[in-house]
Amino acid sequence: MIEVRKLVKRFGLKTVLRGLDFTVQPGEFVALLGPNGAGKTTFLRILASLSRPSLGEVRVAGYSLPNEAAQVRARLGVVSHMPLLYPDLTAEENLRFYARMYGLEDQSARVTEVLEMVGLEKRRGDLVRTFSRGMQQRLAIGRAVIHDPEVMLFDEPYTGLDQDASEMLDEVLKSVAARGRTVVMTSHDLARAEDLATRFDILSRGVIAASTNQAELKNTNLLAYYKQALAD
Amino acid sequence: MTDKKSHPSLLGATLAIVQKDLAAEFRSRELFSAMLVFSLLVIIIFNFALELDIDVRRTVAAGVLWTTFAFAGTLGLNRSMAVEKDRGCMDGLLLAPVDRSAIFFGKAISNLVFMLIVEAIVLPVYALLYDEMRIFQPGFLGVILLGSIGYIGVGTLLSTMSVQTRMREVLLPILLFPVAIPVLLAAVKASNGILTGAEWAEIVTPINILILYDVVFLAVPYMFFDAVVEE
Repeated sequence: MIEVRKLVKRFGLKTVLRGLDFTVQPGEFVALLGPNGAGKTTFLRILASLSRPSLGEVRVAGYSLPNEAAQVRARLGVVSHMPLLYPDLTAEENLRFYARMYGLEDQSARVTEVLEMVGLEKRRGDLVRTFSRGMQQRLAIGRAVIHDPEVMLFDEPYTGLDQDASEMLDEVLKSVAARGRTVVMTSHDLARAEDLATRFDILSRGVIAASTNQAELKNTNLLAYYKQALAD
Repeated sequence: MTDKKSHPSLLGATLAIVQKDLAAEFRSRELFSAMLVFSLLVIIIFNFALELDIDVRRTVAAGVLWTTFAFAGTLGLNRSMAVEKDRGCMDGLLLAPVDRSAIFFGKAISNLVFMLIVEAIVLPVYALLYDEMRIFQPGFLGVILLGSIGYIGVGTLLSTMSVQTRMREVLLPILLFPVAIPVLLAAVKASNGILTGAEWAEIVTPINILILYDVVFLAVPYMFFDAVVEE
């Protein structure tokens, strides 16, 4: 579903990604871990077609970036630590706006379905600026799945959430992944990543330094594996 | 691979952005209030500053009005793009599978609507304060419309660039005013010509410049807006 070969990204003289290779099979939930400045967000922005690769080949859902970016964007949902929502619109108006931007046909039914999925159907008429951070993040996930994407990218979705809001987000993330979508999530919350993901890739110094999966982690835990990978 | 996902048309996406901006603004009135209050203050300050005879006032009318509209428009342009940038909504727009020039046209039409509403309120106030009823003639209003389209067209394009920087409030006027000089000069000259009853031959050149400027700054973003918003 995602194929990345020899990806290089430079900002001026600074090279952030240094020949990165990365492959994700359909239905996989990959946690992309790494220290601050490792290039996780830059990598996700390239996958999301928000940034151009300097060198290398990137294919998402069978389409090449940046040449077929519109086709990729139609199959992609992105959630970051920012909600990408308009505070002076209601929850329903926000989703309806994005439904129009994705050219959905039965917008009312889809908006209602998504509001129910993220547990905000009773607050559909409330302005987003009256929502807590946790509610905004749930609505942000609703925005990202409004067009039923095949691939989901989550960039630090737990940033700024309290414990209750994080647990609610866990449930929403599980339901998103349970629909067979391919998910790539960056996070510093290793416990949550271990609980949600099926595969764990460590991004360090612009390349995937190590990769493991749930089955291989039986004899150790993710924190120990992560520390070992960064130490090597 | 067959593309089975639907993509909204350029017009559909543009209208969605316009409707979204108008709904948000008519609820918050942040941008509109700032533009309107600023415009009225400028008009009133000029009214006290230009305690001149009626003929002199008539000769400065076009300059006073366009100065007011240009500064108020800059306020609106900054605010309009900042709303998209501050909460990451620009990324939300860029992630949609639409021709990215729809973002430019949507934002430009919204900005133009806000500017025209402010102008529709400022012009009667100006007419009352300055005792200048000739500003309501169709030719003058047409020049206001042409000048506003050009100014908002180039302003929306440049505000998309400047909003990416930390100094966006300062940077936009620095970038915009030099580039907008042709449209502002032509608008002032055409407006002044109409108010003073000049011959058509005197007015036609600035009006042609306005039309050309409008066409150029609507065509350029259509072709290059994708590159402007690309990282």
